[in-house]
Amino acid sequence: MSISTEGLPATTKHVIKLDDATVRLVGDSGDGMQLLGTQLTNTSALAGNDVATFPDFPAEIRAPRGTRAGVSGFQVQFASEDIFTPGDRLDALVAMNPAALVTNLGDLDAGGILIVNEDSFEDKDLKLANLKSNPLEDGSLDKYHLFKVPMTALTRKAVEELGLSVKIADRCKNFFAMGLVYWLYGRDLTATLRFIESKFGNKPDIALANERALRAGWNYGETTEAFVSSFRVDPARLPPGNYNNVMGNESLAWGLITAAHLSGKELFLGSYPITPASDILHELSKYKNYGVRTFQAEDEIAAICSAIGAAFGGAMAITTSSGPGIALKGEAMGLAVMLELPLLIINVQRGGPSTGLPTKTEQSDLFQAIYGRNGECPLPVVAARSPADCFYVAQEAWRLAVRFMTPVMILSDGYIANGSEPWMIPDAESLPRIEIQHPPGVENGEQVHFRPYERNERLARPWALPGTPGLMHRVGGLEKEDGTGNVSYDPENHEHMVKTRARKVALIAQDVPPQAVTGPESGDLLVLSWGGTYGACTTAVERCRRAGLSVAHAHLRYLNPFPANLGEILGRYQKILIPELNMGQLRSIVRDTFLIDAIGLNKIKGKPFAVAEIVAKINALLKS
Amino acid sequence: MSTELPVLKDKDYASDQDVRWCPGCGDYSILAQMKKVLSSIGVPRENLVFVSGIGCSSRFPYYMNTYGIHSIHGRAPAFATGLKCTRPELQIWVITGDGDGLSIGGNHLMHCIRRNMDLNIVLFNNRIYGLTKGQYSPTSPLGKVTKSTPMGVIDNPLHPLSIAIGCEGTFVARSIDVNIKHLGETLRRAAEHRGTSFVEVYQNCNVFNDGAWSYATDRDTKSDTIIELEHGKPLVFGKNRDKGIRLNGMDPEIVELGKGISEDDLLFHDEKAAEPSLAYLLSRMRHPEFPEPIGVFRAVDKPRYDEELNRQIDAARAKLGPGDLNRLFNTGDTWTVA
Ligand code: SF4
Repeated sequence: MSISTEGLPATTKHVIKLDDATVRLVGDSGDGMQLLGTQLTNTSALAGNDVATFPDFPAEIRAPRGTRAGVSGFQVQFASEDIFTPGDRLDALVAMNPAALVTNLGDLDAGGILIVNEDSFEDKDLKLANLKSNPLEDGSLDKYHLFKVPMTALTRKAVEELGLSVKIADRCKNFFAMGLVYWLYGRDLTATLRFIESKFGNKPDIALANERALRAGWNYGETTEAFVSSFRVDPARLPPGNYNNVMGNESLAWGLITAAHLSGKELFLGSYPITPASDILHELSKYKNYGVRTFQAEDEIAAICSAIGAAFGGAMAITTSSGPGIALKGEAMGLAVMLELPLLIINVQRGGPSTGLPTKTEQSDLFQAIYGRNGECPLPVVAARSPADCFYVAQEAWRLAVRFMTPVMILSDGYIANGSEPWMIPDAESLPRIEIQHPPGVENGEQVHFRPYERNERLARPWALPGTPGLMHRVGGLEKEDGTGNVSYDPENHEHMVKTRARKVALIAQDVPPQAVTGPESGDLLVLSWGGTYGACTTAVERCRRAGLSVAHAHLRYLNPFPANLGEILGRYQKILIPELNMGQLRSIVRDTFLIDAIGLNKIKGKPFAVAEIVAKINALLKS
Repeated sequence: MSTELPVLKDKDYASDQDVRWCPGCGDYSILAQMKKVLSSIGVPRENLVFVSGIGCSSRFPYYMNTYGIHSIHGRAPAFATGLKCTRPELQIWVITGDGDGLSIGGNHLMHCIRRNMDLNIVLFNNRIYGLTKGQYSPTSPLGKVTKSTPMGVIDNPLHPLSIAIGCEGTFVARSIDVNIKHLGETLRRAAEHRGTSFVEVYQNCNVFNDGAWSYATDRDTKSDTIIELEHGKPLVFGKNRDKGIRLNGMDPEIVELGKGISEDDLLFHDEKAAEPSLAYLLSRMRHPEFPEPIGVFRAVDKPRYDEELNRQIDAARAKLGPGDLNRLFNTGDTWTVA
């Protein structure tokens, strides 16, 4: 018995055309909301929409059922135009239980569509959600377009012939909800049916039940009188090409594999599981036939140390983590700086300090990235701005690491890591190769006077690999004499080496593209941003410009060193606004570097910026 | 075409750096034996890597004309692991000490041994922190007065070999710095073993803990305090080889030979025993209750992590073909915008 992956005919009901829609699906963390959201996203992307997503889930794997703490959500915006964020306000909210409803209702616009599973609003459910009265009856939902759907009962009915247990039947109700949402937005079922087939292929009765629930949800929309019309969002005018919908961690992993190939290296990852970075480890571990070796180390320290060992041996070495793990790697990062070996250190930031908010996003590890080691210990820091951008940042970081023989830190964050967006698939042949040279051995194996710390014009030292005859040398964490690499306690040499290491990193500013600015070349206000706030800042600035305001925007990829022209750019504007999901870390560094009194917009709630928050700040600044 | 490999002598393995250990330190002897062993087994210098952490012993790589990493405190096994996974053809030695390997680096040592990484670990045990000038270490005996324990050590010492065996070590051995023939032979066996070789060397720190092993090295006492293990042979010791170790139930006991007890009644050493119980029992024999065994406690063949990792890579390539970026980029559902 296998399922049919045939889609359903188009709706015969009235269709309303929209430019974009923002939908949030919320339920218990065991309700399959993430799966539902991912499917809706992929289907929308396949339909040609631009998409942006924001999954939001609790740190606990299964917090108590039905409680507010256990609510898991997935927000997606799909649009017929270019979008950069998953949207601020919701056009539609699908809530599987009262706890999910009340914790998310505040983001739904008045008049917005609200679909609830009516069957989960019994007294016990209300009690679990800490509700005194039933919102479906107390009039608190009057300002919304409410659809009460008995999803549990309808799902049970849809799968009744299959003779499944009630528990298993009830698990299909997310597919019922999915079917209804698909109907509401005119989505094709085919891709999801194919997904059901491949995911549940070895459990035919479950596959069949999910298929029936999905179709039943769609049919419910089509046949029930309550739903008068559905919506349509036309394909976006994305540049022509082939697209894939990628999540940030996945795109980062692919970028790393690509960088390895482009540089003729095999990839070694030393990593220790940590939210929200673990998916990079999972993803990379799938690609063994690409020569990818992943090593799940005993701890964060061993993870980076194993990577440094692999780098010494000539591999493309990487370690991935999040803030708390990066803290543990501090000493080893310092060693990598001393050894002047290429290495990528990836921090997928989360809310801190300490264990903080593991599943929530924040940009509060910028200081840690730039300063967080003992001694004078500079290393380059680059930041990804979006899920698709991770692919390119990975390659750029590796290019810098091998060109300058230095560890490089890549900053991502939970919002980028778990979010997704369409990525235009490049032709592998068109990607720039990354040149690496290793000094050759001495033919007869005779010892030469090899100088492991002899520097080239970029101050980079040679990457001589074990196994090369005649180039035997020792490296270590003690200060070394320039050129020979021998241990040296000479005061003049130490100062020289500290300055040389700093100068080498500073030279990178000459090697990266100049900072780009959108909008007016000079004027009242420049918004300066970095990392995952790219989408919100870009959208906010565009919106303000459309409203006639003069506001420019520069988004930084290179945080250490800054692009060479940044100071000059900052000098052209009256005011500099730096929105950050921290207490103002970039702002401090900008003030320190350029003596410019930048203004901060800071949010530390574990949540990304809403576009409206940035728009309001821009408006306020331009008015005053 | 075959080229004559140059014959290397001990001195060819010496780097141009001055050795900076205190005069009389036991480390010199280990360095000398290491060079001798390497020249005898003929591994090209460029294929050798010495990796160390922090401590007196960890200066070792600087003195070897091979590749080397003087890394950070306690982490040498982790560096060596990453290197071995990616460069399995290299012969890698981890040089560590009782503080470096058992205290700050205990976690890495444990996991390296259990993975059976194909590395050779030599732990210089001098029962003291030398480089930081005389604090007690995890192998310092109870009651030991040191700079940081003016009223004596109150934490139980660790026995390195018991730990190695507890971590499923496949090659576990012990030797003594001044026992140079035995030390050389033990290092050679370690080099030949495939998988993690763990060698504890009793090393005298003549500056901060002089004589810590004198019971095991003094001409007068050593034949009664040390018992040399030989595979398949009974455990006999004593100046006149008139004493032995016999099993009494689960416990070892010292017996005198003759008087109705023959060598056949003694415990026979079996380094290849599949179960580590015997090796563990031997590792628990401590001075002064028992003579302390030296030699190879355990040498068994088990799968090695680095080999298995690379086997998976080969298997994936055989099944899926080599990596192809365009195929990678098109994983999952894709669509075309015209
Ligand atoms: S302090 Fe002790 S262990 Fe260190 S070099 Fe001197 S004698 Fe050797």
